[in-house]
Amino acid sequence: MAFNIYDFTPLTKSIHDSLSASLNPTATLAVEWLIVGVAYLLFVALFGLFLVYAERKVCAAFQQRLGPMRVGPWGLLQTIADFIKLLMKELITPKRADKFLYNLAPFIVIIATFMAISVIPFAPGLASFDFDIGVFFVTAVSSVSVIGVLLAGWSSNNKYSLIGAMRSGAQIVSYELSVGLALITMIIFAGTMQISGIIEGQRDLWFIFRGHVPAVIAFLVFVIAGTAETNRGPFDLAEAESELTAGFHTEYSGIKFAFFFLAEYINLFIVAAMATIVFLGGWMPLHFGQFEAFNGVMDLIPGLIWFFLKVFAVIFLMMWFKWTFPRLRVDHILNLEWKYLLPINLMNIILMTLVVLLGLHF
Amino acid sequence: MEEYKEILLTSDEIKTDDYLVNMGPQHPSTHGVLRLLVKLEGEKVLNVQPHIGYIHSGIEKMTESLSYIQIPHLTDRMDYLAAHMNNEAVSLCVEKGLQVEVPERAKYIRTIFDELQRLASHQLWWCAFGMDMGALTTFFYGLRDREDILDIFEETCGARLTLNYSVPGGVMFDIHPNFQRDVKAFIKKFRQKLPEYERLLTGNVIFQERTKGVGILSKEDAIAYGVTGPSARASGFSCDIRKKQPYSAYPYVKFKEILGTDGDTFTRYHLRILEMYESMNIIEQLIDNIPEGDYAVKMKGVTKLPEGEYYQRVETGRGEFGVYIISDGKKNPYRMKFRSPGFSNLFAINNIAKGWKIADLVAIMGTFDLVIPDIDR
Amino acid sequence: MRSIIKYFGEIFGGFFSLLTGMKVTARYFFTPWKNVTQEYPENRATLKMPDRFRGEVVMPHDENNEHRCTGCGLCELACPNGSIEIITKSVISEDGKKKRAIDQHIYHLGMCTLCNLCIRACPSSAIKMDQTFEHAVWNRAELTKVLNKPGSKLMEGVKE
Repeated sequence: MAFNIYDFTPLTKSIHDSLSASLNPTATLAVEWLIVGVAYLLFVALFGLFLVYAERKVCAAFQQRLGPMRVGPWGLLQTIADFIKLLMKELITPKRADKFLYNLAPFIVIIATFMAISVIPFAPGLASFDFDIGVFFVTAVSSVSVIGVLLAGWSSNNKYSLIGAMRSGAQIVSYELSVGLALITMIIFAGTMQISGIIEGQRDLWFIFRGHVPAVIAFLVFVIAGTAETNRGPFDLAEAESELTAGFHTEYSGIKFAFFFLAEYINLFIVAAMATIVFLGGWMPLHFGQFEAFNGVMDLIPGLIWFFLKVFAVIFLMMWFKWTFPRLRVDHILNLEWKYLLPINLMNIILMTLVVLLGLHF
Repeated sequence: MEEYKEILLTSDEIKTDDYLVNMGPQHPSTHGVLRLLVKLEGEKVLNVQPHIGYIHSGIEKMTESLSYIQIPHLTDRMDYLAAHMNNEAVSLCVEKGLQVEVPERAKYIRTIFDELQRLASHQLWWCAFGMDMGALTTFFYGLRDREDILDIFEETCGARLTLNYSVPGGVMFDIHPNFQRDVKAFIKKFRQKLPEYERLLTGNVIFQERTKGVGILSKEDAIAYGVTGPSARASGFSCDIRKKQPYSAYPYVKFKEILGTDGDTFTRYHLRILEMYESMNIIEQLIDNIPEGDYAVKMKGVTKLPEGEYYQRVETGRGEFGVYIISDGKKNPYRMKFRSPGFSNLFAINNIAKGWKIADLVAIMGTFDLVIPDIDR
Repeated sequence: MRSIIKYFGEIFGGFFSLLTGMKVTARYFFTPWKNVTQEYPENRATLKMPDRFRGEVVMPHDENNEHRCTGCGLCELACPNGSIEIITKSVISEDGKKKRAIDQHIYHLGMCTLCNLCIRACPSSAIKMDQTFEHAVWNRAELTKVLNKPGSKLMEGVKE
């Protein structure tokens, strides 16, 4: 096994080679799919649990508390204990709920999440797909999850759920637009939609620095709209607990609730990962033009660590808002999108086009 | 075609029903077991119908079998955020009936406790209001500062919430030797924390958007519904009992009665923040000047109020709290009635929440600072 | 033009108001030593309740197993909830007189609202409030306590 922390291409290649040496091509493909599938399942489950733990600790620190401290050292096993509790809970289906859709909804949400996560490269050579339309694919599949949310709200025969689902629908449909336009701004700059191409373009300097003003504006818009798309505070209208108890997942319990819960945190990861890839250079180390010594030191840190550092920085930013701001009202959310973010975004695209055409970037 | 007849209805035949949503008795925003039956049209609130009585504890009836000394401790359980003010109201009313003059020292201590209690009540209101608006961090900051006040209470009265400190004739104990030092330290600390509250919530653009101009209670309506306290003062209705009918040591202190003009959610919010500053001013005027002397007058073993009717009102964190005693000369009251501020304030909600969104209803309810046992008694 | 300035003014004003809020929370995030949480069961050793804290009613006994309770029943009368019951007995004192003395001072902690009225009513300071607060028990009967210890008697010199 040619294991190299800086580049995973030899590792994946050697696995492929050794498999195809002993198996026929179809079986090789099947085994590889299996490996990739299991790897993603494990990653989603463990990383989701870790994010829940991290969120609890971060919010505790914002609120001058300690957070979970009892299960395991520093409460590290708390979320695992919670997950086991959720697994053992009774699955309740409300009376006169639309049983088929009610049971289907959490799967739609979690499947959409898995699809979106599949194109994200964690390190050089550590990505399962690399399309020429990678960015487009992520935005497309991540909006599928709204169908799951709407179905969950509609089918659970609960008035709070229905209001929550309708809010979520209005919100995600609007903010899709901002996410898309912010990404388009950067695609104009990068000149490609392929994720590997976008990362390659940031070898010398990350896009947020190269694209200066329009890139920073696009980054802010993307983070705001991304937070809204993941239904997190201050945009957590769909599950506004002081108004709608738990919104669209009020009636869900046990593992089905866990699916929604996990999907929310993995969506958080996806938004942070997209921000990292498009604005902060993905797994690329921080390079500054001609400073060879500095660049050399930065190159010593593996790409995997760079990627996760940046992702956590963006996630921290999003948690920071969530635990500081009050929730927006439903009409303010739409106001913010249609009166502020969308015009800014459109102007920003023009600005970016000018920057690219006139070569004003670094 | 026949089998589809059921679903092919003309527009006249389609029956629509009201979208009724229960907020409570178990709901995260109601701060207790209040049930609001809300009629909605989409997000818009058409009608709010409060249903009360889920935590009715019969305190008014229970008082009829208790002596006048025993009654104050029950009033702790009504408005648990204004336990001392409730105690004081009963004590003042009984003292009025017995024509007992309370020592000056007791008056000062009572007033300081009133204001500390008001601060604690407003802090809890602030943090819970922030939570209603979705800013969860406020909850912990408010509780953190309230803890300091509760520690002061605990040191002097031995209890944090159900103080039972003010008794007919004075106060139950003398103040703790550390009391003045602790209160001064708290005021110094809280003077720095209160601007932080404002930075965190008051100035926030999301918060301002959500509260300014929302849920306007006019002065006329405030008077008509009997709304009192900060909620009414935000509409410009001057109703501070501390000014109108000063009791305890309030005649000796200088303070402003803060009045708003707009009567919207933001004014009701901001008025309470300003009241906290004013409470600190009052405490600062009193804390160094507590006169020496007895902290209570010696009461007779069995207290009997002369035949007659007595009424005393005080200003709690939520508004005017009144105690009405009918005595037939025995050691128990013949009938006792509490005029609780929450009860009157609650029923103004329907009038002002109509036409606003559900989220606004939660915010409006938050600014009325409802304590449910105070409503149900 | 003015409306455009207002539009951008709103955006920047709003943005800065959000940043002020974020600064407040960030300050606490980066000063974790200012945390206010107490880890309760672990800090039992250092946890000290104020001396006036009203935890439960107790009757102090001295080293000779003597208490100050004369069994007058004033605390029973003062209690608003009926959580105190006094059972008296008659004893024959040395000079041959019949005397009333306390047999059992029964205290129902489950009914007590800790209002302190019994302690105020006691003429001989026989009972006081203790600072214990961990009152959870497995059986409700354990909440009914007899405050005077078995075999205890009245302290010399306490006026009846």
